Amino acid sequence: MAKVKPNGDDHWLVRPESIRLLWWLFIAVLAVTVLSDFAVEHKPKFGIDGIFGFAAWFGLLSCIALVAFAKALGAILKRSDTYYDG
Amino acid sequence: MADFVIPPGLVLIAAGLLVPMVQGRARSVLLLGAPLLTLWLIWQVPDGIVLSFEFMGYVIAPLEGDALSRLFATIFAIMAFGGGLFSLNQDEPTELSAAFIYAGSAVGVAFAGDLITVFVFWEIMAVGSTVVVWCGGGKAQKAGLRYAAIHLLGGVLLMAGIAGEIGATGSAEFRAMQPDSIARWLILVGFLINAGAPPLSAWLPDAYPEASWSGMVFLGAFTTKTAVYVLLRGFPGTELLIYVGLYMVFYGIVYAFLENDIRRLLAYAIVSQAGFMVSGIGIGSEIALNGAAAHAFVSIIYMAVLVMSAGSVLYMTGKRKCTELGGLFRTMPLTCVCAIVGALSISSFPLTAGFVAKSMIPQGAADAHMAVLWFPLVAASAGTVLHAGIKFPWFVFFQKDSGLRPDDPPWNMRAAMVLFAFFCIALGVFPGVLYALLPTPVSYVPYTGSHVVSQLQLLLFSGLAFFLMLGWLKRTMTITLDFDWFYRGLGRALQYEFQIKGSAAWAAFADRTYRAVVRFLETVYRHHGPQGILARTWPTGSMAFWVTFLLGAYLIAYYL
Repeated sequence: MAKVKPNGDDHWLVRPESIRLLWWLFIAVLAVTVLSDFAVEHKPKFGIDGIFGFAAWFGLLSCIALVAFAKALGAILKRSDTYYDG
Repeated sequence: MADFVIPPGLVLIAAGLLVPMVQGRARSVLLLGAPLLTLWLIWQVPDGIVLSFEFMGYVIAPLEGDALSRLFATIFAIMAFGGGLFSLNQDEPTELSAAFIYAGSAVGVAFAGDLITVFVFWEIMAVGSTVVVWCGGGKAQKAGLRYAAIHLLGGVLLMAGIAGEIGATGSAEFRAMQPDSIARWLILVGFLINAGAPPLSAWLPDAYPEASWSGMVFLGAFTTKTAVYVLLRGFPGTELLIYVGLYMVFYGIVYAFLENDIRRLLAYAIVSQAGFMVSGIGIGSEIALNGAAAHAFVSIIYMAVLVMSAGSVLYMTGKRKCTELGGLFRTMPLTCVCAIVGALSISSFPLTAGFVAKSMIPQGAADAHMAVLWFPLVAASAGTVLHAGIKFPWFVFFQKDSGLRPDDPPWNMRAAMVLFAFFCIALGVFPGVLYALLPTPVSYVPYTGSHVVSQLQLLLFSGLAFFLMLGWLKRTMTITLDFDWFYRGLGRALQYEFQIKGSAAWAAFADRTYRAVVRFLETVYRHHGPQGILARTWPTGSMAFWVTFLLGAYLIAYYL
């Protein structure tokens, strides 16, 4: 694939096949970190944090919740960035 | 070395005063040499009161050393060095001068043994930082005024509190307190305003991003961290701080998600990070206080890297919005790598400074069995990955191709970024260096299998969440209203509201007044005008009649 853009830009990082490869690598790394839970011993303090892969799903869910909340807040409080000008 | 009593902060302040008088190489030597000399002096300050005198019957101790003072003074001096290096090509001497005076006063607060000294340096900081904001030009003029107004308010509250405290206790000594009197509440509120606490947090993202590309590097480091220092010394274990801190953490995260301007995004990140420290101070256990101190130290370093990289982008492109940037990794590789190191560090990635320092605060919450704090702190760590860890580098350096092809910035800016990125990794690999500086001995071990695995899961799955929800995180040309609306937008909204109703009322009032005036003038004209009764020519006879009448009346009155 040597499709060069008009400005001659074809950095390997932005090629679709590289991005696909990076996604596969990322998923593999994610799987390894979750499976590592078998190899280490956690000392849960609150019970719920002893569930398998706690940090993984708790992190994912927290982020989704936070982004959803931000989105809702934005719907109310968003203004054009020229709001205070003039 | 007790005979060596130059207060280290004064060296930076003196350097700041000298900056406008020297140019070229001499200025470079001054900007780099003064912080190093300060750093050396800081480490000559022994424990206990080194310098003190009596003032109006109170003991003033402008120089009192201990581990906590030296920790904060050290990072302030390192930051002044990094900021000086980054700003070597800043041609505005006023900004550099103000920035060094500001940094020197921060060191002054760190060594202050009494409340009066704290207050004096506190106010010099407010003035110095306001001037730094002003040097940004353009919008910075008004933003600087708003910034100054908030800090003067904080200063007034602090002064009232200090006066009350001294009046009540008869001593000016700065020691640990609980907010159990009005005076101490005022001191606490004065401190919290500078930390970026609610409801006035908006001063920070309002003012800092308007400073110049170099100015924000200084601003991001000193004010909030000095506030964290005085809270650590003055109010450890104050439960309220747990909740104030949590609010700041989530406020910063949520607003940063919605932000389009990368420098405002980083400003929100500063508030969010300060929130972690404030809640650590609220927990009050040894590990949490150590964690708050360590977190302040490393957060100055990684925020500096992030703000420097945003400053470099602004310097090279003149742009600071996500919607205008993207794809800069091609031609700014060094800036990009440094930004990623800073981003990993703020996310507490293993082998970075954030990992060894920040995790002590959630550990403190866990040790104290505070589930109400631990779960939010972990969720916030995940949120930090999103807004600062990935969003910032992604939208600036990757995302789409914006077509911009700027080079990396000049050598001194590159050197400053690389130096601080190096610190991020060095402290992460050798945490012992940092732990040795902390106020109390550290038994915490950051690198356990459990901690590393949990942290990697948390960070990487947050990263997954970012890319899964990229559509929701796409930026638009918007700002998000904040508390500053009450002093920026409310007045205008009222004006707009009253303009419509008010203009009708005004028109009616003006109309009525006009008619009243016209009527009055008509009356005057009727009586005094050419045809008016009082303007007619009177006959001489009537005059003679009245004179005779008056004379007659006089004669009668005489004989009576």
